[in-house]
Amino acid sequence: MSESKIVLEAKGITKQFPGVLANDNVNFDLRKGEIHALLGENGAGKSTLMNLLYGLHNPDKGEISVNGKIATILSPKDSIALGIGMVHQHFMLIPVFTVAENVMLGDETVKNGSLDRATVAAKITEISKQYGLDVDPNALVGPLPVGIQQRVEIVKTLYRNAEIVILDEPTAVLTPQEAEDLFRIMRDLTARGVSIIFITHKLKEVLAIADRITVMRAGRVINTVNPSETDSAQLANMMVGRQVILTVDKKDHEAEQEILKVEGISVRDQRDLETVHNVSFTVRGGEVLGIAGVQGNGQTELSEALTGLRSPTSGKVTIDGKDLTGKSPRVITEAGLGHIPEDRQRHGLVLSYSVADNMALCDYYHAPFSSRGVIQPKALDENSRRLISAFDVRTPSPFVNAGKLSGGNQQKVIVARELSRNVKLVIANQPTRGLDVGSIEYIHGEIIKMRDRGVAVLLISAELDEIMALSDRIAVMYRGQIVAIVDAKKTTREQLGLWMAGAQVQAA
Amino acid sequence: MDWKRFSFIALIITVLFGVVVMIGQVKQPPLLIITSMLATTIAVATPLTLGALSGVFCERAGVVNIGIEGMMLTAAFFGWLGGIYMYHIFGFTPAVSITLGVFFAILTGGLMSLLHAVLSITFKVDQIIGGTVINILAVGLTGFLNRQLFFGKGSVFGGSVPGSPGVLPTIHVPLTELFTSICGSSAACLQNVQAINRVFDQKPIAISAILLVFLSHYILFNTRWGLRTRAVGEHPKAADTVGINVVKMRYANVIIGGMFAGLAGAYFTIESVPSFEPLLTNGRGFISLAAMIFGNWTPIGAWAAALVFGASQAMLINMQIYRDVIPPAWSFLQESYIVGLTPYILTMIILTGIIGKTTPPAADGVPYEK
Amino acid sequence: MQSEKQSNSPIKRLLQSISDASLVPFLAILTAVVIGGIIIKLVGGDPFLAYKGLLQGAFGSKKALSETAVWATPYIFAGLAVALAFKGGLFNIGAEGQLAVGAVFSALIGYALPEWLGFDLPIYIHLPLAIFVGMLTGGIWAGIVGALKAYTGGHEVINTIMMNYIALNTTSFLLNGIMKDRSPTNVIARTPLIAESARMPEIFDGLRIHWGFVLALLVAFLIWWLLNKTTLGFEIRTVGLNPDAAQYAGINVKRTIILTMMLSGALAGLAGSIEVTGLNYRHELGFSIGYGYDAIAIALLGKSHPLGIVLAAFLFAAMRNGATRMQFLTQLPVDLISMIQALILLFVAADAIIRYIYRIKSKGERVVLTRGWGG
Repeated sequence: MSESKIVLEAKGITKQFPGVLANDNVNFDLRKGEIHALLGENGAGKSTLMNLLYGLHNPDKGEISVNGKIATILSPKDSIALGIGMVHQHFMLIPVFTVAENVMLGDETVKNGSLDRATVAAKITEISKQYGLDVDPNALVGPLPVGIQQRVEIVKTLYRNAEIVILDEPTAVLTPQEAEDLFRIMRDLTARGVSIIFITHKLKEVLAIADRITVMRAGRVINTVNPSETDSAQLANMMVGRQVILTVDKKDHEAEQEILKVEGISVRDQRDLETVHNVSFTVRGGEVLGIAGVQGNGQTELSEALTGLRSPTSGKVTIDGKDLTGKSPRVITEAGLGHIPEDRQRHGLVLSYSVADNMALCDYYHAPFSSRGVIQPKALDENSRRLISAFDVRTPSPFVNAGKLSGGNQQKVIVARELSRNVKLVIANQPTRGLDVGSIEYIHGEIIKMRDRGVAVLLISAELDEIMALSDRIAVMYRGQIVAIVDAKKTTREQLGLWMAGAQVQAA
Repeated sequence: MDWKRFSFIALIITVLFGVVVMIGQVKQPPLLIITSMLATTIAVATPLTLGALSGVFCERAGVVNIGIEGMMLTAAFFGWLGGIYMYHIFGFTPAVSITLGVFFAILTGGLMSLLHAVLSITFKVDQIIGGTVINILAVGLTGFLNRQLFFGKGSVFGGSVPGSPGVLPTIHVPLTELFTSICGSSAACLQNVQAINRVFDQKPIAISAILLVFLSHYILFNTRWGLRTRAVGEHPKAADTVGINVVKMRYANVIIGGMFAGLAGAYFTIESVPSFEPLLTNGRGFISLAAMIFGNWTPIGAWAAALVFGASQAMLINMQIYRDVIPPAWSFLQESYIVGLTPYILTMIILTGIIGKTTPPAADGVPYEK
Repeated sequence: MQSEKQSNSPIKRLLQSISDASLVPFLAILTAVVIGGIIIKLVGGDPFLAYKGLLQGAFGSKKALSETAVWATPYIFAGLAVALAFKGGLFNIGAEGQLAVGAVFSALIGYALPEWLGFDLPIYIHLPLAIFVGMLTGGIWAGIVGALKAYTGGHEVINTIMMNYIALNTTSFLLNGIMKDRSPTNVIARTPLIAESARMPEIFDGLRIHWGFVLALLVAFLIWWLLNKTTLGFEIRTVGLNPDAAQYAGINVKRTIILTMMLSGALAGLAGSIEVTGLNYRHELGFSIGYGYDAIAIALLGKSHPLGIVLAAFLFAAMRNGATRMQFLTQLPVDLISMIQALILLFVAADAIIRYIYRIKSKGERVVLTRGWGG
């Protein structure tokens, strides 16, 4: 491998964003036909580096060369011309366009002034066959499952004859088996001379597939190593800068009485499609029920229906014996729900409100925060100071806008608010998505604390590792249905992965 | 356009035509009333059609344009003013003057939308606020200049508004002539052909509006430009990652949209009547937006919706003709203030979405940030 | 990651926020005045004389000051109406229609109620009732749009504009018909004069400034208090800033949208009824035209803050009031004022342009006043 020529090299790359030095004198190179993993936790600067290579941003300092020649990459147009393709973590696909339209966009084939859809479709079919990337050129992209959408993204880069392909967190949306399939495709590509940069924060994956591993932390490259000369613990140490406990410390806890009872609920989404079909389960006090599943299998609508953001079309939801089907969020909150929402900036916070106001977002209307319809600023202030210290929120003051805090601290504001109430049930939807390891550990600890205190916890996460680390029981959701509920100790990653992909349950 | 909205359009137009036929038939044969209504509908729908096309181009590229009203008003003023200058000051013939007037109107629309583009794309001003600023600016600018240029100190027109060089001529489609031999000596046949002929005898802007509807539809859905425009309005970042210049596409489409609004403005002062009065657009820019929404952001759909508004206006106009034969039970139809409410109420009904919800481009109204 | 120091003293924070908030509007006015001067020069006028006339006309005498306050009164109410809606994430372009409706019904109560009842009412009942009916009808007029927004997603921008035209047509119908002043000399579409018992008393003899002006200042304070100190204000602001979070927080978003629109419409209706009961003693067709856009400009210039709105309303009032004097001195048309006001609005709305010209860095995140069609 070491003899292969270097196809891409970045030297001394520095990029400053307001308030953050995202890349600090970064050096990176890619050899022909290799899979070079770029490892680091959220916010380490991996995506920034790739966006610089791809021309979405321009570096403040440093130079990039492709195939030995210094390259000026001012926009994606330049990088595409240099044979660089990128599959973004959030897919760059237009849902209302067909696969062919998405693939040709920016590089259209035109005949007599009209788009030549047939020729493009033929070329896509050819690429599909060549690399085993099965896609229908005439299908609308929006309704396709995420795994297929990812294939469309890869086809997009190959359609443009990319020789260097950047994959940004490609496994985040896949089941373990789909990830395996992706790895196969990646090996196929490298065998044909394509070079791949593989961005991830998952240690197991890099050890499984990478030829070389570069670790980034806080905008800097820490080291580049060969997988054969390292192990998970060492990589984790490099990633975070300290010893990381890779498992959550969780003692056995006896489950108590039933708190949340969901009986046969069905939910429709805003397009009026039924995305949750006849789902039933219970969560008892003192246990964590994890809902595993690839994103987009109805988890969002399920949690919305349970928290009052959306009305179920049928079925029944009870909390501690009280029927709360289709009740408003306020009624459900008052019945003892703490809700850590999936999208913290959309639902969980008002970004231009102060930390103090956000910490009383669900309680502003009653004592001590308000009296006869008038807000009591002193109570808000005291409450926020107490929670800031109790939950270790890093903020200059309670008056700072929540929007100015880091992602981890924003989430801690929500966690503090939701868990400090006298709750019986916690619904945590993707509670650690996009956070740094320190915040993840902290939030995991808080969730387990709630469970040990006898609170019922419903954890919804697309991160299988998170589900397996925290849950006492695991339910798997696939196409709007719970396909299996198992004891967390009596199952395996592989088994869960199969269910997530829609395999039938034999006997659980 | 789905069947629900299409049948709604067909139903409303039928009802509006039906009412006029019912009342007017004591005076004139139904065919004559229908063709006259149709001719008026097509003519008065022109600014709405063009306004809606303006909206379609802007919003398909992701820029909400609530300033169409102001763009129309300004263009109507400058088109008219340009014609007067060309005619009175530069001594061009009326035909040349009004042609140049149309050109000035389109240019004005383009310039006003350039301002909207600068505000909303470059400076990322809230697009609805930006559009409102355009509307207010249009009222202030036309109001001030309309007075200053004609009545101000040292005005070349010496304190009076000179006559305009006139309006665009009707283009005659020689149907009657064609059918004369076929009809032979049948007077009834000839009369019918003459009646039908009236529908096709339209003025240049009205005709180009219809041609532009189909041209726009083709461009938007079958060409490279259209694909890129829609991409920029649906998911600008995705367009950016495949090398499309989002800012340039948005600028270009907003300016094209403004030119459509400019042509719509020309309709008022160069095609319809040869004069300008403050606030003459009378909300038609906003009604265009409703037509655009109801047409699901497609040119043909928007045109169909614009025809509904055209029909309601045609009814108002025709009701004046048959005022004296309105039966007492229908006397409220004599009140132009009440009949005049139709387009506004229709707009509000359409916006409720009860006649089929439509979906705006996903990134409509959202400034693009890398 | 936090570079700027946040002061913890509430007074310091207040002063800082006032100077932050007023810098851009101030520069916007300055820039518009300079450009206005250039325009005056271009059309052959004398900008200094024009502005001198403007100032004299607005502030030059006791009477001028009184007239400026008279102009400012409806501007304050209407500006507050738009600002309150902005705070709730709604764009009320319909202040004009709400004002007209409020004025018409206020006038109706003012002139017709004693006739209907057959006896005269004391002022402490008749006057408040006339004002209240104006508020109520203005509130309902806007509330319809609010309800459409809440329950169907019909966008309030187009709907309030449509309601303006509907208001104009309807009031034309009424003022030319059943509500027309029947006095033999009258040819215009206007109501009869309202009863003495529905008129506000004068403050000073011989000056037109009326108690409505004092009420406007009072209401401005009340709105500030409502928005910033009450739970209802918290709900309105939360819905305005982030309706999803508001729903999550248990706020009834639909109800809040309707309520915000109704309050906004009530304020605009109040502007109308105060003009009727305090100044004109009748409603005349066409009186309301232009107020809707002026109100938007005032709300934006005042940054939707009640104090800012009072100041912005004064500026606009001074310009309108001084314009006559300006016209007298320079023969420039009064419409010039609309031009300059439009320019002020342009620079306030596009504060990025002002920041760009004067190289001022933006603090904090962009304020979202309205959203796209999504509803």
